[in-house]
Amino acid sequence: MGGAAGWLLALVPAGVFVLLLGGLEAVAAGLPLRQGFDWVPTLGLRLSFALDGLSLLFSLTIAAVGTLVVLYSGAYLNGHPHQGRFLAFILVFMSAMLGVVLADSTLALFAFWELTSVTSFLLIGFDHRREAARRAAIQALVITNIGGLALLVGVLLLWQATGSWELSALAGTDIRAHGLYGAILGCILLAAFTKSAQFPFHFWLPNAMEAPTPVSAFLHSATMVQAGVYLLARLSPTLGDTPIWTLLLIVFGGLTLLWGAFGALRQTDLKQMLAQSTIASLGLLVLLIGIGNEAAISAMVIYFLAHACYKAGLFMVAGAVDHGTGTRNLPALGGLADQMPVSFIGAALGALSMIGLPLTLGFFGKEEMYLALFTSRLDSLLGLVVLILGNALLAGVAMVVMIKPFLGPLLPTPKSPHEAPIAMLVGPILLGGVAILGAVAVEWLGHDIVAPAASTILGEQALSHLGLAIDLRSPIVWLSILTWGLGVAVYWQAATIRTVLRRGGRAMGWTADHVFDHAMFGLIRFAADVTRFLHHGRLEVYLLVVFAALALVLLVPVIGLGGLDVLGSWAQGNWPANLQPTMPYLHEWVVLALAVTGLGAVLLAPSRLVAILALGIQGTAVALLYLLFGAPDLAFTQFMVEVLSVVILTLVMTRLRLDERDHRPLGEALRDGAVALACAVGVSLTLLLVLTGTLDPTLSDFFTATSVPIAHGHNIVNVILVDYRGFDTLGEISVLMATGIAILALIRGTAKAGSGAKRRAAKPVEDGLEGEA
Amino acid sequence: MNTVIFRTTAPVVIAVMLVFSVFICLRGHNEPGGGFIGGLIAASAIAIYGMAAGVDRVRRAMRIDPLALAGAGVLLAAGTGVLSLFTGSPFMTSIWYELNLGESSVALSTPMFFDIGVYLVVFGSVSAIALALEAGREEDL
Repeated sequence: MGGAAGWLLALVPAGVFVLLLGGLEAVAAGLPLRQGFDWVPTLGLRLSFALDGLSLLFSLTIAAVGTLVVLYSGAYLNGHPHQGRFLAFILVFMSAMLGVVLADSTLALFAFWELTSVTSFLLIGFDHRREAARRAAIQALVITNIGGLALLVGVLLLWQATGSWELSALAGTDIRAHGLYGAILGCILLAAFTKSAQFPFHFWLPNAMEAPTPVSAFLHSATMVQAGVYLLARLSPTLGDTPIWTLLLIVFGGLTLLWGAFGALRQTDLKQMLAQSTIASLGLLVLLIGIGNEAAISAMVIYFLAHACYKAGLFMVAGAVDHGTGTRNLPALGGLADQMPVSFIGAALGALSMIGLPLTLGFFGKEEMYLALFTSRLDSLLGLVVLILGNALLAGVAMVVMIKPFLGPLLPTPKSPHEAPIAMLVGPILLGGVAILGAVAVEWLGHDIVAPAASTILGEQALSHLGLAIDLRSPIVWLSILTWGLGVAVYWQAATIRTVLRRGGRAMGWTADHVFDHAMFGLIRFAADVTRFLHHGRLEVYLLVVFAALALVLLVPVIGLGGLDVLGSWAQGNWPANLQPTMPYLHEWVVLALAVTGLGAVLLAPSRLVAILALGIQGTAVALLYLLFGAPDLAFTQFMVEVLSVVILTLVMTRLRLDERDHRPLGEALRDGAVALACAVGVSLTLLLVLTGTLDPTLSDFFTATSVPIAHGHNIVNVILVDYRGFDTLGEISVLMATGIAILALIRGTAKAGSGAKRRAAKPVEDGLEGEA
Repeated sequence: MNTVIFRTTAPVVIAVMLVFSVFICLRGHNEPGGGFIGGLIAASAIAIYGMAAGVDRVRRAMRIDPLALAGAGVLLAAGTGVLSLFTGSPFMTSIWYELNLGESSVALSTPMFFDIGVYLVVFGSVSAIALALEAGREEDL
């Protein structure tokens, strides 16, 4: 499909966007749309979806950014051999993300959540020939999957506490006083923090920059990492507004904000800088959810929108710069405004919104968050300081991104600079335009998008008071002006700050990345040690362990749970009576004698082959017993199994090239004998114990009575096998089939290995076994 | 083992065993027998023929790879279960049909085809294993 692929496939998310717009009016009026069907009715599970204010906000953003990202990828990866695969991944990723925000069933939420982890793994590791990309993909998968498992536990505990699988039902419940609240909160926070790259799980996000740029644009603005923010927002009415919730969210959010902002200033790579600033923005969002009053939540909603627009746009510009010049390294870039004017406009629009200048969405987000914390309380004053500092740092980052590559003298770059194709420019321009348009239409935006979303998060009706007017008498505006001033200072001193930060980082010596590496290597070493301990490759030891375990499983219940007493009283009480009627007849004695003879022959056999044949005698005697006591089907099968096992064992033996007899030290022989004896005693005691009880005839009566009328068969055994329990048989023959394939693979494998072993002619027994295994 | 007597009598014995295995399989619903035992008998026949005539000849005589037979058996058995879905009843509900042939009638049913599926799986898997083992043995001799 080539270059047209992006344009064509972008129609899919664009269609989704238009569809979602259809729900706008109903949601704004406070009437969420619901849809669902029974999933596992017996467990009360429904696969349900809901479109309310919060999910509309997120799904619209995902679809809109998704459209532009697909369009962008079409051009960015034009001519790439795996372009089709990439586009498929990104569409699946987007569907998973839409599933996360639209799911009403908590289990569906979990399933989609994990699907986003898996698809982001594929996307981050898209360039899988590079080791860095593979490592980043695995790291993202490991970290987010720890959270995914925590989410599953959290969801199950939520169900335990409330009895509900539906998010919409949870919103009405209050489980803050429930005993499980702490555990649930821990699990949910772990899930959200890992997904949204909060400190100390922040390190996977910058590494995820190994992904192609469109992925970064998508991942960082509207999807994946926002899933954690979404989860916190969604569960805020259920779990939020407790001291511990507020404390944890504010502390970790604030830490992440500053950590990310300083991290961004340390970088010189355009994408790395943006990635670190995403961490900061995520921290900011979490912090706002933690504060949780009406102004904070509406600030969070506006900031989320603003961030999605400018971050996606800036990433696309970064990709365009990379595409046009061949480098993303800031010191090597400069003066591109003349060569790439459209990219410059896109970057400027995004950066202005990121700085939070008036007439951009970012401005309103900033105003609202200052409003939320503008009280005289000391702790909120501290929060305000953190916010202003974080915003100022981010503003500085935005200025660096906007000014450094595009203004000043033109620097030589690997490729001679040229403007990107149109499909790569649509995104930044449109998204930047939205920031301005959204600001102009801020009253509509406040009423139709922000207020419904904020209402969902707050759990109560929120009203929008957003307006275009700027009141210079309000202290909030002066806080904004202070922020810009600090931002300019940060831009001015960016180089110095970077030097200081880098020196500090080196002084610290290690990073979370190193910790992760050490943990992963430790895990692998531990797994290798366990494997070496359990799988040392000697068949004898495996068999010994298996049979010892069997003996334990049989003997422990019999001895430990009073089985011996039952047997004892049974033997004492009716010993003669029990024995009398079962005195064998002569022909039964003969069969028994045959079996015993067979066993004796096994023990005395001069070679293995004779022992196998003698084992056949014993088996045949057992088959005769079956025949005598009215189980012809069983006898039949036993005969055939005896014949075949003799044939197959003989064939196996001839392949193994063993000694005629097994010479083992006395100690080993005693040990094996003890284990064998224990197994035998265990089996005998268990069987005797089973026979002391009375047999419940319900089932056999049922089968006898219904075999002919229902199943048209006189042979009950066969009727049970193919009719009553046919499903079991189907499973068994599938297992038989699989076993056959496995054995064939084993035989073919050893045939190859065996041809090598043949040359090493005379070998001791153990080595021979190892060679075969 | 590879004596003249064995080689001469083996084909006769095997032919009888194979026919007998089919007989055992089909009568299983009312008399001792069934797909499992039938399959075992047939597989023994193949194993014996392999000893007498060599694996290559057995494979040529069978025409179809034994493991493919086993796969077909699983499909057949599962397929009979699916059939009942078309009648609106749950998976693996048996369906019976009496085929009238003049004086007598033959009962055709999904359990019978299921049993034939079992026969094929047992026959195929066990023969495949036996033949593979024998093939390895011949290399040594």
